[in-house]
Amino acid sequence: MSGENIFTGMVEEHESDQRWAFGTGFTDALAGVDTTLPEGVDGGALAQYCQMLGDDALVQAQRLSQWVTDAPELEEEVALANIALDLIGQARLLLARAGQADGTGRDEDAFAYRRAAAQFRNVRLAAAPRGDFARAIVTLLALSSWRLALMSRLSRSRDPVLAAIAAKAVNELAYHREYAVSWALRLGDGTEYSHERMVEAVARVWPDTGELFATHPVEARMAELGVGVDPGSLSTEVHDVLAQVLGAATLETPTALPEPVLAGRSGDHGPELAPLVHQMQEVARAHPEATW
Amino acid sequence: MTTTAREAPPEAGRDLQADFDTKVAAKQRIEPRDWMPEGYRKTLVRQIAQHAHSEIIGMQPEGDWIASAPSLRRKAILLAKVQDEAGHGLYLYAAAETLGVDRAELTERLIEGRQKYSSIFNYPSLTYADVGVIGWLVDGAAICNQVPLCRTSFGPYARAMVRICKEESFHQRQGYELLMRMMEGTESQRRTVQEAVDRWWWPSLMMFGPPDADSPNTRQSLEWGIKIDTNDALRRKFVDMTVPQADKLGVTLPDPELVWNRDSGQYDFGEPDWEEFKQVVSGNGPRNGERVDRRRAAHEKGAWVREAAAAYANKHRKDQEVAV
Repeated sequence: MSGENIFTGMVEEHESDQRWAFGTGFTDALAGVDTTLPEGVDGGALAQYCQMLGDDALVQAQRLSQWVTDAPELEEEVALANIALDLIGQARLLLARAGQADGTGRDEDAFAYRRAAAQFRNVRLAAAPRGDFARAIVTLLALSSWRLALMSRLSRSRDPVLAAIAAKAVNELAYHREYAVSWALRLGDGTEYSHERMVEAVARVWPDTGELFATHPVEARMAELGVGVDPGSLSTEVHDVLAQVLGAATLETPTALPEPVLAGRSGDHGPELAPLVHQMQEVARAHPEATW
Repeated sequence: MTTTAREAPPEAGRDLQADFDTKVAAKQRIEPRDWMPEGYRKTLVRQIAQHAHSEIIGMQPEGDWIASAPSLRRKAILLAKVQDEAGHGLYLYAAAETLGVDRAELTERLIEGRQKYSSIFNYPSLTYADVGVIGWLVDGAAICNQVPLCRTSFGPYARAMVRICKEESFHQRQGYELLMRMMEGTESQRRTVQEAVDRWWWPSLMMFGPPDADSPNTRQSLEWGIKIDTNDALRRKFVDMTVPQADKLGVTLPDPELVWNRDSGQYDFGEPDWEEFKQVVSGNGPRNGERVDRRRAAHEKGAWVREAAAAYANKHRKDQEVAV
């Protein structure tokens, strides 16, 4: 910024300048990537797969951003907003890919704002109640550990678009997990009270982790084709990570993961999702003809 | 708060004061370890803290719209913007800490209502157009106030302002760009933009503070190089800059007295309602209670988390000592 002429040029166009605030200087993860569908892949199924992974990110971001102006410390406001922002970025790319794959050309907002909650395909844990900070941390720990394992594999997808999205996501998710780990340790091994909060948080979050490793037929199909990842194949790795972190945080790890049962992936959501989606879509739906 | 380290022995007082005055007159920076008059230090602590509090409380009116931002791009921009504001609060609290106060103490002063923040944030944001207008007018007025502060006499404050102003200029631009888009939209969108402009115009002018004649501290702050321009001068500059933007946008600024003055080469404009200003400053604005209550609630609800972090750090520091 030069001198005091900050306003000079305000009324000129700034089409070339994409950076509106910190973190929105989106580098185009798909620059130069071939968007043609890989051979032998059914576009409809790929679109469904992209919606699953996109919805996970979008719904989790929606939940996490509820901490903004409500976090225990300003540093946590910044960190949680940043994590939500990364996830929104992932969701935008994945939902846009869904619209390409199914041939409808629908954009990211068509998926985010013009589907009913029942049409979302996120895992239930992404929408789970916000709870206290301990619960937020355990939820983030589980989701980021799982998504990091998933995206690491997906970065070798036969679909070059998914591979590029996943490669970008891996760096972000490594940070999300590191952040969750750092707080799991502080809270688990902090005060007696924080330890109790964490014990309760683990008990509440754990039952929802089963679904993370349940394989939907679409996921199975995409995995067979070398395009997607079978989440069932991630359970040992993710469980080991969780056990290691909880152990270091002086917390007991439930001995086994819950049964892998499909829920949100099949549209069977808990009661928390509908209000979350309703709030997200409120303004967009009230002004269907509007431009933003 | 400790001040002893900075207090000079009496016989040295005159030289130290003279050194300080010379530096300020030469527009050199005063740094935290330099001697400074107690009044200068107090004024700075108050001003920087109020500024930091404004960033933090200022997250609320826009933060309310993150959940329902009408497109994913808008959601990302708004989330990033509100996140930046938390970051600005952090830089500013850090600048204040170089003067010997700590952030926890300043937070207490905010949530107990002993320190103020910019009154503008006591107004509600009623529609999504308010997000755009806050970016355009409120961030615009803030930039107008803050750009000169990049040259303020206290080093840490000036350096924090350089960084903050860069980000604020993006914030302002995103607000203006949102409004441009909305004005290209439906009739109802254009109407909500105009209504938001009507709501925020006068409070934005009030952001520069009371008229110079009613601003008793201005002279001293100017002498100390803490302030660079008077309230009225900045207000006028803001009006001159904003009118062409309003024209380009196609909105009307709600001031019948606003007219180009060919002789002065500036716009003439009406007086804000200073009675309303006094009311909002003294706690009777539309959202005063709610803003501080929310900050207090988050702070109190998070106490156990901060205690756990401190306990963990303490435990592991001891571990390290034992290991050594």
